[in-house]
Amino acid sequence: MSQTQSQFEPRIVAFCCHYCAYTAADLAGSSRLAYPSNVTIVRLPCSGKIDAIHILQAFEDGADGVYVAGCMEGDCHFVSGNLRARKRVEHVRSLLSEVGIHPQRVEMFNLSAAMGQRFVEIVNDMTDRVRELGPSEVSLRRVATVDDESKAAPAAKDK
Amino acid sequence: MIIAQRKKFEELLEMVRPYRRVLVLGCGGCVTVCNAGGEKEAGLLATELRLAARTHGLDLEVKTETITRQCDPEFVEAITTPLAEIDAILSTACGVGVNFLTERITDRRITVLPALNTSFYGATESHGEWSEKCAGCGNCVLHLTGGLCPVGRCAKTLSNGPCGGSNNGKCEINTDADCIWAAIVERMEELGRLEELERIEEPRDWSTARHGGPRKTVREDLKI
Amino acid sequence: MKCGSRLERLIAGGEFVVTAELGPPMGASLEAVDRKAEFLRGNVDAINVTDNQTAVVRMSSASVAIRLVQLGLEPIMQMTARDRNRIAIQSEWLGAAAWGVQNCLCITGDHQSFSRAGKLLGHPGSKNVYDMDSIQLVRTLRIMRDEHRFQGGDPLEEGMPCRMLVGAAWTPLGDPIPFRVTRLAKKIAAGAEFIQTQGVYDMDAFRQQMKKVVDRGLHERAAIMVGIIVPKSAGMLKYMNKAVAGVSVPEEIINRFDGKKGSKAHAEGIAVTAELIQQAREIEGVRGVHIMAIEWEEKIPEIVTAAGLLPRPQVEDDVAETVAENA
Repeated sequence: MSQTQSQFEPRIVAFCCHYCAYTAADLAGSSRLAYPSNVTIVRLPCSGKIDAIHILQAFEDGADGVYVAGCMEGDCHFVSGNLRARKRVEHVRSLLSEVGIHPQRVEMFNLSAAMGQRFVEIVNDMTDRVRELGPSEVSLRRVATVDDESKAAPAAKDK
Repeated sequence: MIIAQRKKFEELLEMVRPYRRVLVLGCGGCVTVCNAGGEKEAGLLATELRLAARTHGLDLEVKTETITRQCDPEFVEAITTPLAEIDAILSTACGVGVNFLTERITDRRITVLPALNTSFYGATESHGEWSEKCAGCGNCVLHLTGGLCPVGRCAKTLSNGPCGGSNNGKCEINTDADCIWAAIVERMEELGRLEELERIEEPRDWSTARHGGPRKTVREDLKI
Repeated sequence: MKCGSRLERLIAGGEFVVTAELGPPMGASLEAVDRKAEFLRGNVDAINVTDNQTAVVRMSSASVAIRLVQLGLEPIMQMTARDRNRIAIQSEWLGAAAWGVQNCLCITGDHQSFSRAGKLLGHPGSKNVYDMDSIQLVRTLRIMRDEHRFQGGDPLEEGMPCRMLVGAAWTPLGDPIPFRVTRLAKKIAAGAEFIQTQGVYDMDAFRQQMKKVVDRGLHERAAIMVGIIVPKSAGMLKYMNKAVAGVSVPEEIINRFDGKKGSKAHAEGIAVTAELIQQAREIEGVRGVHIMAIEWEEKIPEIVTAAGLLPRPQVEDDVAETVAENA
């Protein structure tokens, strides 16, 4: 592994269900379990609230990895929200492949509110995985793309 | 409603490649209901295009907007994105919307591109599943067939079905497709009208369908 | 006589008629046609020429039917509704009739998706037509022949009739089974004069259907010929039982092929065919048999011999006179 990659601290967005993963994160904190600080947690009322566009926009805004964490299968407070979330995550993987982003940058996890330790493991696993994958294909290119303001010329390019 | 499906992303990326400033225009009509081209899908497609532009190093600016319908002049006229700031519209409406926009867009420099493949007139069987119910043939026979359409739903558009390919209520072309004639027979029996199917239907006049050329209807009482 | 075909005369004479199928080649040579035709000469009364069966491109049925006329044989040209609209179909009938083709079997035709099967790529992306269905084809041909009018209403040119005996197919054991007799009745009401059925193996079930046919008197209005697909192996029977709509094969027939391969299986196939034909002959209302030996035309002599169908009856060669009378 190159030096730059080993030093690379990925930015990860975790969409966490209020009833399980979000509470588990709280529990991890109050139990003084340490986990990497590079994860940004977004609370959802249910993992089923997640939509493909939220995940894609996270990448657009510079995330290197995204995961959705919902309740254990069969334990969703809204019956099947976590099952929907899993299918959407799968769908997003195919969308990411289409646009040239590694599909492994997104993942779905299931855990309960009591699993503080599991939450820490997930953060560590995801951080390791994304660190291995390196900076997102989007943020890598970002430096190279033209600044938005300079894109004012009217006509189509090569017609 | 009109059921459509989004084209493959690769195809869309190739389609917009010649343009620098693209508006992904959603439609609030049928394609919203069938989750193919409403505000949500247009937004998602715009995001995908922006991400792909970055990963592919393309000089592409993508905006998005959704209008109530792309098949009515008042909504097309009310597009808020300044047309001078775009080179192409990638429409997530059905083919009707793409045609209508092309004809009505005031800035004639703008190309209108289709993001969807328009598929059929159908209904929602369950969330995420739609199936064809009507072919828009212009000469409805549903009163003769127990409310189930042999033109839109029989692989052979038979007037006097079912053919020999009906099998356990399924069509010979594949076991996922229902044999509509089997269903018609069942329904007519349920209605106590089975003997009506003894009548021979004469060859159809297909001129009311697409075979008569592009169609148009005029309601004089509504015109000014 | 409506058209004076050999088939029509034999039916009128109350003979048990025998027809077989000849599949046109996937190429532009008449050699295969001529070769297959000789296996059928003297062994059957008329020969069905299939129309791009299973939607696979083959030499056109009209051209092969015309070739059979040239060879002194009697064709039954098959016409599907799949590939031609009413303009093309009627035009094809005029041409074939002018060249002496005197029988036509009107069928809807397999969907073009069937054309991709086994090693064949086919044309599953082709556009189908189905402008008319089989019943409308029957009606249209009857109107052309009897009323000298095209479907659209224009008259045929004076003194140039389109003389053809009109037939239709019937799948007696297709779903929904109770409606099949009604559909047969529609075909006969539309003008079908002879009926050739889909392959039948389950004679008991067929007998039950025929009872309903006889109860409605349909057997008197059209000559019903039971179709027999010559089995070659247990595998073929299992496949048809599973995959071909309207064909059910009883276990005991499949079991007869147990442990039999190659020539033994073939001999069993011929024996089964002969037995089925004999059983069918006993059923009230059955007026003939249609033998489908798919790409196995050379076995027809053996089959008709085993089934006791030889010699075939002769008809006096007065076709020309009949034609002259009717003209």
